[in-house]
Formats: sequence, structure tokens, C-alpha cells
Amino acid sequence: MAETTAATKTVKFIISRQDTPESKPYTEEFEIPYRPNMNVISGLMEIQRNPLKADGTKTSPVCWDSNCLEEVCGACSMVINGKPRQACSALVDKLEQPIRLEPMRTFPVVRDLVINRERMFGALKKVKAWIPIDGTYDLGPGPRMAETKRQWAYELSKCMTCGVCLESCPNVNDRNSFIGPAAISQVRLFNAHPTGEMNKEERLEALMTDGGIEGCGNSQNCVRSCPKGIPLTTSIAAMNKDTTKHLFKKWLGM
Amino acid sequence: MKGNSYFARKLHSLLGIIPLGGFIVVHGLANYQAFERGPEGFAKGVGLINGLPLLPLLEVVMIYLPLLFHGIYGLYVAYQSNSNTGRFKYGRNWAFTAQRITGVITFVFVFWHVYQTRLQVYMGKITHEELGSTMHHIASSPVFFALYVIGVLAAVFHFSNGLWAFLISWGITIGPKAQRVSSYICMGVFVIVSALFILSLVAFRGDEFNEVASAAIALLGNIG
Ligand code: SF4
Ligand code: FES
Repeated sequence: MAETTAATKTVKFIISRQDTPESKPYTEEFEIPYRPNMNVISGLMEIQRNPLKADGTKTSPVCWDSNCLEEVCGACSMVINGKPRQACSALVDKLEQPIRLEPMRTFPVVRDLVINRERMFGALKKVKAWIPIDGTYDLGPGPRMAETKRQWAYELSKCMTCGVCLESCPNVNDRNSFIGPAAISQVRLFNAHPTGEMNKEERLEALMTDGGIEGCGNSQNCVRSCPKGIPLTTSIAAMNKDTTKHLFKKWLGM
Repeated sequence: MKGNSYFARKLHSLLGIIPLGGFIVVHGLANYQAFERGPEGFAKGVGLINGLPLLPLLEVVMIYLPLLFHGIYGLYVAYQSNSNTGRFKYGRNWAFTAQRITGVITFVFVFWHVYQTRLQVYMGKITHEELGSTMHHIASSPVFFALYVIGVLAAVFHFSNGLWAFLISWGITIGPKAQRVSSYICMGVFVIVSALFILSLVAFRGDEFNEVASAAIALLGNIG
């Protein structure tokens, strides 16, 4: 008896679908039974179990990407009711219905809600967002990091390459080669590290090329969209300062 | 170092402030003389500028070349951006889009305005003493007056908001607090410089500017 009353409450989804990377997107509506504490992923799982559209006709299950289910991997990012965010931390109770799901179209769509975020990893490679310590002998311990610095650097290290900041940026599009805010903030992170600092010029120079830091147009949407609250615009401005300094140093031959 | 868009964009940002932004402020102050001191004040300002040595060279190097580079590269920057103010309704995002729209308006307006004034002098159609009456004719037409107000507001917004972005792009304002304070200052710049231009446009409507040519010649005669 309790089950039937619970099943009368439903959740409505309007989902943008796309069968192949090249094919045209279309939307489908779904109405699934409500359960307490649902998130968007559990809604998608329900559709996967029973792929019926709201009108009762059968369809193919909706594809999505997810992994950690606790907002640390970034895989499940999608546009939910118009805003890019993680599906796993999007609670149905807190969303306006019908819940509209779309892929983050700044990235190539693989299928339905699945996107390819490879360009972000390409950007991290471009700016050398790592600390090179590999070698043929033990280099010994590196210099220590001041606690005050560690605290703000830790905030930057929370980036999960989710792509939300790129999706919100008006300058990340196919007419522009801008690498996006995330990689610029990672340069700040690795340049702040006492060992990473030893290669800081390489990273700054990578930012001073086509599609690098010059691509920022200061719309500041990124800082307002980042789910990890990373101070992206502060990172960008700090890197503007460092690249400008580097530019003058090079000109003066210092 | 190899040439790439980093340098082009950096130069674009710099030229927008020095010399172009500086020029807007000087231009506004000179025009304001028309409001405060009438035709004589304006003619004196124009005369002062025309008295500068190597004026054509100065104009080309300090104004026309920077303007062309900033304008044409700026159109490319605008082309490279999307507008997503529908999805992200934040003040700064509106300013981002407005910066690009006002840039295009300013581009068109400046060409038109230079043609109507400075180029007429170069083509020998008017003398620089007659600029006051030229402006009087323009400002007296309601359509031209409205277009000038739009053009001036677009140019000054583009300059003030560009100044805010310049401070970030050159790494001067870094934290959110510094960027907020600078945004208030830039808003102040927008209000003050816009007022200078609009008050002078209003002043140009006055009949006394019709007689400006003869008055100015008399005045310059007195000085000379
Ligand atoms: S900076 Fe924030 S929004 Fe951008 S990829 Fe990293 S976690 Fe996502
Ligand atoms: S599944 Fe990892 S962030 Fe959502």
C-alpha cells in the first residue's frame, strides 16, 4: 500500500539526446517514479532500467558519464536547468521540474549527455601542469612549502578538470583557441610549489602563446560557476602579472 | 620571441589606454570648454591643438595608427567571442558583451565623426576655426544629436570598462577586492567623461556657435 502511494509522485525529465557525434540532437521527455533523496544520476539510472518515454513508448536508454558520485571526478558534468554542474551532486528535491538535461556542448558530444573533455587534458599538457622530478638518481627532499601558501594552493588543487568553467566562458568556442580558465589556474598552482617553481618560466611561456592567457576576456563567469569555488579570476590576474613580468624580463635580457 | 596572439592582444590592451584612452579624456576636456567658456573657449582649445608642431605626424602616430590597430584587431576579438548573457546573467558577463558591442559602435562612430570634422579640414572644405559651427550644425539636428550621444556613450563605456580590464590584463588588480574597487573607479570615470562630452554636445546646439568662425578668427587675430 505504501508503495503505491509513493509511486504516484513522479519526476519529470526533458533530456537532450544525440545518437552519434555528428547527428542532430533531439529531446525526449521522461516521467519516472519519485524516491526520496534522488539525484540526477539516480534518475538516469531509473531511465536506464526502464527506458520508457513519458508517453509510454520505448526508447533507447540515455547515456551519461559518471564515476565517483561525490563531486570529485568531474565526469558527470552536464547542463542541468541551464547551468553547467555535476549531475551526482544535483539533488532532485532542490531542482525545478521538469528537469532539463543537456550535454556541455562546448565539448564534442559523444552520445546523449556524454562529452569528450580531451581538450582540457591537452591544455594541461600544453602548460606542463606537473612537477618534473623523474631522473636517474634520488634528488633528495625538495624545499618545504610555507603553511600559509599551502592553504591557498590547496584550494587550487581541488580542480577536477570538470569543464564547467570552460562551458561558462564566452571565449571558449570553435572560433577561439583559448585553453580556458582551469589550466591557467593550474599554472599558478604548480608555479607556487617550491619544486614546481624551478620550471615556472616554461609554464609562463606556454601561457604566452596562441590561445593562452590572452584568450581571457574577463567575463568572470568561470569563478561564479566553479563547483569547487576555485578563485579562477584571481589566478588569471596573478598569471597576467607573472607573464607581464616575464615579458619585460625577457626584453631586458634579464 | 616569436610573434603570436599574446603580443597582439597585449598591444591591443595597451593602445586602448595609451594613447587612445588618454586621447578620449583630453578630447572630452577640450570639448567641455565649449560648455564652460562658449565658442571662444572651444576655439582656443582647437587653436591650441592646432598649434602643436608636426601635428599631422603626431596625429598619424599617436591616433590614427593605434586606432586602426585597436579597431581592426578589436573586431577580430569580438568575432572570437560568444555572448551567453542569457544563461549567465551576471553583471560582469553583461559588461563583457557590452564591451564588444560598444567597441563595434565606437568603430563606426569614430570613422564617421572623423570624416565629418577632421577630414573636412584636411580636404579643405572648412578651416579648423569653423569646427565650432560644424559641430553646431551636427548637434542641432535631432537625429545627429541622438547618434552622437549614442556614439559618445559607447566610446566612453568602452574606454572605462576597458580600463578595468586593462588593470587585470596587465596584472595590476589581482584579488576580487582590488577588482571591485577598480570597477567603482572606472564607473566614476564613465560618468564624468560622459558628462564632459554630453554637456559639450548640448552647448554646441547654442546659436553662438553659428557665429563661431568669425569670433574665433577675431580672437586668434588678437592673440597673434
Ligand atoms: S576550475 Fe572549477 S570549474 Fe574549472 S575544471 Fe576545475 S573544478 Fe571544474
Ligand atoms: S561522478 Fe564524479 S563528479 Fe559526479
